Amino acid sequence: MTDTDRGTQRDRDSAFSLFTQQSLPACKPVLTPEWVIMTFLFIGFIFIPVGLVTLRASHSVVEIVERYDIGCVPEPFRIDKVSYIQDDSIPKNCSLSFKVPKYMKAPIYIYYQLENYYQNHRRYVKSRSDKQLLHGQNEHGISSCQPVEVNNDRPIIPCGLIAWSLFNDTFTFIRNRAELKVNRKNIAWKSDREHKFGKNVYPFNFQNGTLIGGGKLNPTIPLSDQEDLIVWMRTSALPSFRKLYGRIEKDLDVDDVVVVHLMNNYNTYSFGGKKKLVLSTTSWLGGKNDFLGLAYVFIGSSSVTIAVVFTLLHLLSPRH
Amino acid sequence: MKRYVYINDNESSHELYCDNRISNRKYTVLNFLPKNLWEQFSRFMNQYFLLIACLQLWSLITPVNPASTWGPLIFIFAVSASKEAWDDYNRYLSDKKANEKLVWVVRQGIRKQIQAQDIHVGNIVWLRENDEVPCDLVLIGTSDPQGLCYVETAALDGETDLKTRVIPSACMGIDFELLHKIKGVIECPNPDKDITRFDANLRLFPPFIDNDVCPLTIKNTILQSCYLRNTEWACGVAVYTGNETKLGMSRGIPEPKLTAMDAMIDKLTGAIFVFQIVVVMVLGIAGNVWKDTEARKQWYVQYPIEGPWYELLVIPLRFELLCSIMIPISIKVSLDLVKSLYAKFIDWDAEMIDYETGIPSHATNTAISEDLGQVEYIMTDKTGTLTENRMIFRRCCISGVFYGNESGDALKDTKLLNAVAGGSPDVVQFLTVMAICNTVVPIKSKTGAISYKAQSQDEDALVNAAAQLHMVYANKNANILEIRFNGSVIKYEVLEILEFTSDRKRMSVVVKDCQTGKIVLLSKGADEAILPYAFVGQQTRTFIEAVEQYAQLGLRTLCLAFCELREDEYQEWSLMFKEASSTLVDREWRIAEVCQRLEHDFEVLGVTAIEDRLQDGVPETIETLRKAGINFWMLTGDKQNTAIQIALSCNFISPEPKGQLLLIDGKTEDEVCRSLERVLLTMRITSSEPKDVAFVVDGWALEIALKHYRKAFTELAILSRTAICCRVTPSQKAQLVELLKSCDYRTLAIGDGGNDVRMIQQADIGVGISGREGLQAARAADYSIGKFRFLKRLILVHGRYSYNRTAFLSQYSFYKSLVICFIQIFFSFISGVSGTSLFNSVSLMAYNVFYTSVPVLVSVLDKDLSEGTVMQHPQILFYCQAGRLLNPSTFAGWFGRSLFHAIVVFVITIHAYAYEKSEMEELSMVALSGCIWLQAFVVALETKYASI
Repeated sequence: MTDTDRGTQRDRDSAFSLFTQQSLPACKPVLTPEWVIMTFLFIGFIFIPVGLVTLRASHSVVEIVERYDIGCVPEPFRIDKVSYIQDDSIPKNCSLSFKVPKYMKAPIYIYYQLENYYQNHRRYVKSRSDKQLLHGQNEHGISSCQPVEVNNDRPIIPCGLIAWSLFNDTFTFIRNRAELKVNRKNIAWKSDREHKFGKNVYPFNFQNGTLIGGGKLNPTIPLSDQEDLIVWMRTSALPSFRKLYGRIEKDLDVDDVVVVHLMNNYNTYSFGGKKKLVLSTTSWLGGKNDFLGLAYVFIGSSSVTIAVVFTLLHLLSPRH
Repeated sequence: MKRYVYINDNESSHELYCDNRISNRKYTVLNFLPKNLWEQFSRFMNQYFLLIACLQLWSLITPVNPASTWGPLIFIFAVSASKEAWDDYNRYLSDKKANEKLVWVVRQGIRKQIQAQDIHVGNIVWLRENDEVPCDLVLIGTSDPQGLCYVETAALDGETDLKTRVIPSACMGIDFELLHKIKGVIECPNPDKDITRFDANLRLFPPFIDNDVCPLTIKNTILQSCYLRNTEWACGVAVYTGNETKLGMSRGIPEPKLTAMDAMIDKLTGAIFVFQIVVVMVLGIAGNVWKDTEARKQWYVQYPIEGPWYELLVIPLRFELLCSIMIPISIKVSLDLVKSLYAKFIDWDAEMIDYETGIPSHATNTAISEDLGQVEYIMTDKTGTLTENRMIFRRCCISGVFYGNESGDALKDTKLLNAVAGGSPDVVQFLTVMAICNTVVPIKSKTGAISYKAQSQDEDALVNAAAQLHMVYANKNANILEIRFNGSVIKYEVLEILEFTSDRKRMSVVVKDCQTGKIVLLSKGADEAILPYAFVGQQTRTFIEAVEQYAQLGLRTLCLAFCELREDEYQEWSLMFKEASSTLVDREWRIAEVCQRLEHDFEVLGVTAIEDRLQDGVPETIETLRKAGINFWMLTGDKQNTAIQIALSCNFISPEPKGQLLLIDGKTEDEVCRSLERVLLTMRITSSEPKDVAFVVDGWALEIALKHYRKAFTELAILSRTAICCRVTPSQKAQLVELLKSCDYRTLAIGDGGNDVRMIQQADIGVGISGREGLQAARAADYSIGKFRFLKRLILVHGRYSYNRTAFLSQYSFYKSLVICFIQIFFSFISGVSGTSLFNSVSLMAYNVFYTSVPVLVSVLDKDLSEGTVMQHPQILFYCQAGRLLNPSTFAGWFGRSLFHAIVVFVITIHAYAYEKSEMEELSMVALSGCIWLQAFVVALETKYASI
């Protein structure tokens, strides 16, 4: 054997040469009928139980949804709801009551739900300045806040349409004539409070302009503690969404009557939106949502069906 | 316009005409950036991407950060610009090498060695044998007393035979020393690229002869890039220099070849573009309507009552930008990348190394590997491509006696050996013709062994065979030849050489025996050029039989003859010959006519048969590729019988009764027309039968058919799976390729010699065999391989895999972009048709760059079937030829797949993450990871051969 021979011998075994000769070791899965049927059956047997467990978790959640936007408008104003809501002289307080259908274990989450509200509209989504929210007074980086950016030549803090349109209905809950305490702390993401909203940024000139949008903010509290704002600023991708209002940290019993006193301030009438109040417990999977479980069960059962059909086909006319 | 070239005038012409600096560069350092950018932006795709990138700078409409388009765009531009720069740098280096080559030039009356780039118009350039000509010269002197010299013009026109050039009559007889001092003026046209014309005049100044104007033709020139051969020295006046030479004027960068697949991808891109425009228009209108009906009611969006004038355009433009990802910006880069990898796989392939010479296969053109898998017609040369082009003398027939028929090797035939030993006069005469009727030059090495330098492989074979039969052509000294036979030395003086031309089909030498003083004419040539001129009374029937018999065996035959000349007869003819050789008009024809006067009354001595063996594996390769549905055409300069025999022996055509050969011949238009129609009729009838029908056509009939009956011939070409074209010229070969290409067939031309270069360049894919006829074909070709049999692997393995991989990769690129884009479109329906992007810039960029571009690269190692399986069942190639893996319907499949996947991802995302979980970024991440998982699953599912 000459030197070059030995060289090529060594080359042949090296990984690079296996690559150049396109002969890297490989597995070549062949989809035989048996394999395919087994795979579908396997998928079915995994997915159906997972789906059932998920559905069970979803069903264990107790949820109360009460729509209040129409009910809270006094009868004489029902014809022109918009002027009612825009008229500051009319008191906006209102109350509704409901019966708890099932035992609800604490913590009970309180959400407000808006429908037909496009928080994902392009003009809306873009109209904020993350820089300003964190660092406060800064002339730069607020151009994105159009059309709500400056007031009297000073940048509004917080600027932008999102903050400007802050939701401002308030709720108080009464059970058996005693007020239910609502915990309104820790409703926003911890990371948002700590890293996205500044501890030294105060909303001193918020909602001072000619055009008032939604809620106002207490100018003495820094943005990092304005949790309603932080929750609101996490825009929703869907036109129907719920946002956390607070938590009731007491269990509610079956047939408990809960009375809600609310301030119906927020205008959804001009665009035909709905406002709902939601009380919900949670499971390990979050709130009530049957979709995931149904999807799992559907996929699992169709896999099994396909497996059965394939088995029959395979038995009736096997491949030669 | 004329230019006046003053010979040997060192001053006047310097400013007027350029120096001899050759420049093939496209760019200079200064104009590189603007010119390259301009070129890149002349492509539609790039204009499109640039427009998108510019629109993104407008923050009102951009859905994402402009960097997400500018980054990739600049990267892509940088990649192709640096590739161009590298190519241009290499051209610069090769120019520099040519420019700095040393040549001998006369300066101030003294011969000096200077760099080629310093030659000026009017300089006298001296060349030695085998020198490359540095610029276009008008000959003024050569070493030959008759003023002749030989040049090889292969680089110009691809013809390898030597051409004769002659000095103008005015310069005839000027002394070697005086040439340095020659003065005169050449009046010649401005530079053009016609290499067959040079209409100029030469006037020498006193004291050189007279003031008469002497006409010059192309015959008096030697052009740039030719080689001086068989001539000790030559000198000439530079008339065209640098890039103004005939070669320089005709040089152009060859059109880049576009594969069928590239064309298809372009078409599909166009379709996607149209789809995109439609989507943008629909969504744009819907968006504007929604804005006016709904969004104005939504106080929290604060739409101004009076918008700017361009307000109506804003939403459509937003959607244009949102949908711009439909056309993946990376597709060109990733395709270029994998294509160069395919080419590397060909270079690396250990099974395509020619172990005889150690030459690996090489892909010069890295962009057309997929086309290899879609070849429908292969046009092949015969000599050197199918055969080894190693001529071996096998049999002969001398005066009616056959030698070598039993053993198959005349050199081992004892009958012949005995005849040689016995000194049989016929045999001795036969061997003499074999040994000296040629232009071979014997070279004696130091050890005394003699080797031969021959232009033609046939002559080489004959001289070597003669030497083995003890007739050794020992030495050539000026005009004196020395032959050693059985210990004695015989000397001949060469009086004339009547060169071989393809019209005359024979060559002769006139020699004088130095002992006896007898003058004889020795001739060898094709049977039809020798046998009819035998002297009256000689029986040529046995020779005709011998030729037939040898041709049947696939051997190349030559007839040898001689004829004795009387002294006065020769002298008289010699004068005519001299006169003919110095005529200005129709010289070649005049010479042929004069030669004809001498070449008659032959005494035919016999027939030689030379074998050109088939290369290893040729029949198997042809059979396999034929099974793969590829049609073969053989285009050869050889004669019909030999071509047919070779075709039979390499499975090209089947013998009767399985196969049928149809002949198209005829000398006149009518004859050709009739035989063409007859063949066409037969072809139509038999096309349904499982019979191998092939047609055979010779160059003459082909010329007529192509000129007058192109339509009929085209129909024949489509019907026939096999054809043999014999006696065809290089330009006819190219014409045939052109004909098939015009019928929309993918053609591959394979050849080894200079005469195949044009066909190789013309074909969709040119394959050159780096063979014994030099590297010319290999250099002009897209692929060069060492042996014909590698073609099988090149097509079935490399071509097919390349096709499959590119088909997957290109459609997958569209698929993954479309998935994301569809989700964006669906999202726009639930976000008020306002053009909100669900995904942020970073996600989009990461999706395109990391998550989808890198994993899919494993597909360049994907093999749907093993190499062995493909080789055993070549029929599988039909799939590639028919373009089954990449066409509008497969693309529609991928389109549907992306639509379906987008719907699945979108529906699951918005339902599973409804209400309290519907936060924007959460949803976007869920949808994005859904897309990433799905596309990874698709890659895994489509990979049939998962490398570990």
